[in-house]
Amino acid sequence: MAEGVLILSIVVATLRAATPLLLAGLGELVAERSGVLNLGVEGMMLMGAAAGFAVRALSGNAVLGLMAAMLAGTAMAAVFALLTLRLLANQVATGLALTIFGIGLSALTGLPWAGVPAPGLAATIWPGLAHAPPALQQVLLLDPLVWVAFACVFAVDWFLRRTRAGLALRAVGESAEVAHALGTKVLRIRLAAVLFGGAMAGLAGADLSLAYTPMWAENMTAGRGWIALALVVFATWKPWRLVAGALLFGFVTIAQFQAEAFGLSLSPDLLATLPYLATIVVLVLISRDSTRLRLAAPAALGKPFRPTD
Amino acid sequence: MPDSPPPPPQAATPLLAVIGLSKRFGAVMANADVALSVMKGEIHALLGENGAGKSTLVKMIYGLVEPDGGRIEWEGREVRIPDPNAARALGIGMVFQHFSQFETLTVAENIALGLGGREMPDALAPRIRETAARYGLAVDPNRHVFHLSVGERQRVEILRCLMQAPQLLILDEPTSVLTPQEAQSLFTVLRRLAAEGCAILYIGHKLEEIRTLCHTATVLRAGRVAGTCDPRLVSPMELATMMVGSELVQPRRRTHKPGRVVLTVNDLTLEPGDAHGIPLQGVRFELRAGEILGIAGVAGNGQKELLAALSGERLSRPSAIRLGAEAIGALGPVARRRAGLGFIPEERLGRGAVAELSLAENSMLTRLASPVVAGGLVRRGAARALAKRLIERFKVRAAGVGASAGSLSGGNMQKFIVGRELDARPLVLLAAHPTWGVDVGATIAIRQALLDLAAAGAGIVVVSEDLAELFEIADRIAVLSSGRLGEAVALSQLTLEAVGLQMTGHATAECLDAA
Repeated sequence: MAEGVLILSIVVATLRAATPLLLAGLGELVAERSGVLNLGVEGMMLMGAAAGFAVRALSGNAVLGLMAAMLAGTAMAAVFALLTLRLLANQVATGLALTIFGIGLSALTGLPWAGVPAPGLAATIWPGLAHAPPALQQVLLLDPLVWVAFACVFAVDWFLRRTRAGLALRAVGESAEVAHALGTKVLRIRLAAVLFGGAMAGLAGADLSLAYTPMWAENMTAGRGWIALALVVFATWKPWRLVAGALLFGFVTIAQFQAEAFGLSLSPDLLATLPYLATIVVLVLISRDSTRLRLAAPAALGKPFRPTD
Repeated sequence: MPDSPPPPPQAATPLLAVIGLSKRFGAVMANADVALSVMKGEIHALLGENGAGKSTLVKMIYGLVEPDGGRIEWEGREVRIPDPNAARALGIGMVFQHFSQFETLTVAENIALGLGGREMPDALAPRIRETAARYGLAVDPNRHVFHLSVGERQRVEILRCLMQAPQLLILDEPTSVLTPQEAQSLFTVLRRLAAEGCAILYIGHKLEEIRTLCHTATVLRAGRVAGTCDPRLVSPMELATMMVGSELVQPRRRTHKPGRVVLTVNDLTLEPGDAHGIPLQGVRFELRAGEILGIAGVAGNGQKELLAALSGERLSRPSAIRLGAEAIGALGPVARRRAGLGFIPEERLGRGAVAELSLAENSMLTRLASPVVAGGLVRRGAARALAKRLIERFKVRAAGVGASAGSLSGGNMQKFIVGRELDARPLVLLAAHPTWGVDVGATIAIRQALLDLAAAGAGIVVVSEDLAELFEIADRIAVLSSGRLGEAVALSQLTLEAVGLQMTGHATAECLDAA
């Protein structure tokens, strides 16, 4: 029984650790499939985390907090979209700047809330959580955001493969010029994709500050935005592979604690490098076959589109 | 004999009338007071040199460029065409020269996007098959576009337009990428469409084609209408003169006296560089001084690989390629240039020149020695002088030696690159598709320059898909098919049809049987 609960707790912890990666990764995946590389995920997540925590603390309403987080992420993405889509700034440089901006601004706005304790999302929904039997407790710890994240995978995959708009989005990411020539509204689609990416990153940040570790601390995302970016490549821009990657790295992030429980000691620094190492391995593997690389990576990724003549 | 076109159609109101259309880009008047009318069922040619304003005109009709002045009438009513969707809604379809296709999407997905409706690719597949069968344009809707040949891609473009049952179909130089046989089957499709009442606006360079296909021709020169005529009633020379505005001097062939062997390729076998490449199998030929060897073939039969092997981008056995007596197979491009091999690559920008650099800087790219480079340092003055000389000698239309390569039209950039290689006085010149997408005037100038270089004693290998070009300048022609090079045959013993057939791979099989 105790062993069963332990295994269950590992599964639950993996799923919970995977959730922010999955949410942010899905948003970035959609943006990148439209041809826009937004390296500002970390910054957008932090803004989401700070705004979500603050609004929830002020209003006492978790849903309002989540909405505020998505709004904050979207606002950050809107700044990015204005700079890169309208003013044609370099996407890489702008994305990096957005992350640095997000780190600073979230630290500033989150200052009053630093170290303020708050109940987790699951505990808010299930007030009797602490007194539930251990197995049920574990299951109840899977808060709505975990389910939302996995539902989003279904939705995004279906959207990209089965809808007209999804087809148009993929086409824009393949060649903006061709799409424009065919009469597709390139900038409108890219704007929508970037804003979606921002909202998802904001939600991922709120997942951290409201559910995963219910608190606000400066720079609390601790590089998860970058892992989400790496995961998109790891997943070769396919939603379902993103799930595999998020679970793998979710497991890696909790592995050190679990390893200690088993009496093993692993260097956390070494474990932290694994996502990036695995991403490089995947990049090398898909680059070996030019056909596969071509089918995987959006051809127009990172290329600005000038909507004249 | 070419088929004669169907009788000209009779109709009162033109389907499309363009009246006084103007468009200015910066200082350049791309279109000035252009008038044009196209009847139902008419195949109307739009002729002109590069930069004469043909593309701007059709882009305005297709809603990609907004006119500065003038109006467009459709079936007698004035219309505004703000974007391609509006053009398609009227019944205008367009096949671009550079295909508007998404390579990693399937044929059906591409067509679905092009239709601009709500339909999903899966639902479209049966209709695509049906339309394809009706016009004899076989394509598999579920294939990814990057697997298709250029000819197949064009079929996809045409299919996309036909799926919308267009009333006017615009084609921008459709045959520039096709074999003669493919071109003939395209003409069959176009004639059939015209017979069904569809009007066709056909942009072309090849005057013979236009004479056999089109009912009317409108000639543009420097953005203005230079004249309208029935192309069947005037000679190609008259048409060309109308396009250029002055008498054209056709390239003059020199009397050919082959000298010593300057280039020997002996059993060149090479694995393809990428998954979709073609392996070269035992390619062998000899090139003599003063001779032009034409290598014909449909793109994708090993041209890319052969050019890479000859230019030194890919290395082979040292003795597989000899320049004079020197084995150069294992030498890189720079060493080969030093040994006297010049190379005009297929892609003007990207291989032949750097778009962002000025002409002066571009003139230095393939010059490795004095006067433009001395002691490892670049001499800007000498480079500018070289660029100036090239511009003057080859009549390159450019803003000056400081103009960026990307600002030139394709034809002018090609003249500059050809000039740069010719000016280096190579022992052997390798020219890939030297007049691809280049207008009549520039084409004649480039061909004449190649003939002059051969007359001066250099050996030239011309790889081209344009058979008319090879027949005009080459002394011998060999066909490259599936990575194998056929026997080089003297021009006097060849017909266009025979080479065309061989290009599609028919004769190759026979040659192999005989061997």
